[in-house]
Amino acid sequence: MTRFTRAGVLALATTLAFAVVGPATAQERVKLINVVELSGAGATAGTQWRNGIDLAVADINARGGILGRQIDMVHYDTQTNPGNTRAAVQRAIDEGTYSVLGPVFSGPIGASMQIAQRAEIAQIVGGEAAGLTRQGNQFLFRTSLSQAAAMPKLATYLKETVKANRIAIVWVNNDFGKGGRDAMLPELQQRGIQVALDVSTEQGQADFTADAIRIRNANVDAVFVYLNEDESARFLLAARQQNVGKPMIGETTLLGARVIQLAGEAANGARGHVGLSIDAPVPAFQDFGRRYQARFGIASDHNGLKGYMAVHMIKWATERMGRFDRKGVADTLRGATITPQMEPGILITTRIEANGDLDRESFLAEVEGGRQVIRSTLPMIRP
Amino acid sequence: MAELVAYIVAGLATGAIYALAAIGFTLVWQTSQTINFAQGEYVMLPAILILAGVSFFGLPLWAAALLGGLVFVAVFGAGFKIAVVDPMIRHGVLPLAIATMALAIIMKEGAKDFFSSEAQTFPSPFPAGAVDILGVSLSIQHIAIIAVAFIAIGMLQWFVSRTRTGRQMQATAQNPGVALILGIPVARMVMLTFAINAALAVLASVLVSPLYLAKFSNGEVIGLFAFIAAIVGGFNQVRGALGGGLIVGVVDSLAAAYISSSYRLAVPLALLVLIILIKPEGLFGRREERRI
Repeated sequence: MTRFTRAGVLALATTLAFAVVGPATAQERVKLINVVELSGAGATAGTQWRNGIDLAVADINARGGILGRQIDMVHYDTQTNPGNTRAAVQRAIDEGTYSVLGPVFSGPIGASMQIAQRAEIAQIVGGEAAGLTRQGNQFLFRTSLSQAAAMPKLATYLKETVKANRIAIVWVNNDFGKGGRDAMLPELQQRGIQVALDVSTEQGQADFTADAIRIRNANVDAVFVYLNEDESARFLLAARQQNVGKPMIGETTLLGARVIQLAGEAANGARGHVGLSIDAPVPAFQDFGRRYQARFGIASDHNGLKGYMAVHMIKWATERMGRFDRKGVADTLRGATITPQMEPGILITTRIEANGDLDRESFLAEVEGGRQVIRSTLPMIRP
Repeated sequence: MAELVAYIVAGLATGAIYALAAIGFTLVWQTSQTINFAQGEYVMLPAILILAGVSFFGLPLWAAALLGGLVFVAVFGAGFKIAVVDPMIRHGVLPLAIATMALAIIMKEGAKDFFSSEAQTFPSPFPAGAVDILGVSLSIQHIAIIAVAFIAIGMLQWFVSRTRTGRQMQATAQNPGVALILGIPVARMVMLTFAINAALAVLASVLVSPLYLAKFSNGEVIGLFAFIAAIVGGFNQVRGALGGGLIVGVVDSLAAAYISSSYRLAVPLALLVLIILIKPEGLFGRREERRI
């Protein structure tokens, strides 16, 4: 007959206690996996997005989590590589993520979005390329305006405010840049603006001197700059080196806090349209900006805001359903309008279209004295 | 014409940076008959160390630059020779070359993990903006980069050819065995060569980082172009590295201007292939024969 010692009984009791308590504790948590560019060409954008997510998770967990469950947040670095992104999204799904967060760059999103779609899990991304939401993917959701929504506003700004008739376009030859250029060209044409110089550049390009000299010598009224964060800063630095005295017009990225920080004085005078900004006359944005600065020691750009909103989109959808349902998150988000009264973490009234695009107010801004200054607020496309 | 001159001056500035890095290839080749595949990372890392000195230790920029430069020369000049070259060279040139590839990865990933994966602003020692010279608008920074790089390379040439120590370095590079018989402290000369390589890398880093921003991945592009420059100019001559760097810089600038930024890498690579086919020792290199 087996003899039970006091230590053996204690060990058995402890094991049983863990067996009972352990699963209960696990049930009180929900796992979210963020697949994002933390190194490589997209590191600047990806780091901001991750920080925004971390701030959102801290806020939500401090307020009791989602439906009482604390969030377990995991970040995977894609190295801005589409192949790695696919693998990371698959891994996230295999590891039981509730929804997939990220990535931010449009190319890796395009390469990986079918995986979450097949698994019928919502994927909340930071990409802006117009083509992403034209593929009938019911599980893909943006956190920013698409290029299709932003470019008409910018083209109107070029025509009516900048009074430009001939412009140069400097764009990065990846999904984001090409998508932006392709969305912009017909809008310019409709408004009678001629593209006198079309400058294609490479992702990760370090030297923009030759491009800046070409633009300086071109007979154009303004320059439309559509590059990623690091490249935007390098281009502005090169343009200043070469005395390119033409208005630099951009869409969100060019006027972002990170680009302003990197380009320094060279960013002054840049202007254009921004989808999200901590300097916008929206108290919730400004409060987020202060808390982000306090926690991470740097200013948030639009990607920080996008990451913060992404987690709150999932929270809102889950609480709306009243249960944890992976597929239900996408069903609930599609076609929804989320206001800050419904979910304070969404920060600004946001309508999610059936195809995953967003509609919300946006802003016209200019960089002055190393700061982004909002000039005016543009209404939602379909108020 | 003014536009062409502007492209050429911009290319010369970039080429001067490539030349400083390419000279490193030449120096290491002359002393150890191997290629330092971490040469691009040698140009990337000093800027990161300087910024780390400012942000982690609160040093003023000049002090961080001085300390960062000295630490880099000690660790990646003398330390590289003691920790990597000496143990590996006994096993042949190939293991050493592979070791430098590993070193490049360690430097890059180390900069990313211990400092930042994001690009960082690096202050320029020169004012921004452009000046008009004979109707051509030229960047002040570019002019300054060309001037500083030429002065540095000129001083190196003077040191190598006009001083006793420099001539001992040359003798060591040409034939270490005979140099040893003649009483030249070969080990010290080799160490000095590696230290000079590291110091030139520090200079290149300080010059290029205000333009490219300091980032862990900067070494990839700079290393590749410097490697092309060293081959185009001639791997066994400092003047070859200088000429090669300037040629590659100008070709790169003109390719970006008149062809496309998308194809700018292809043009120097095509030049490289052409040189290997027509003049394998490089445009300014010395033909070497070896008994196998």
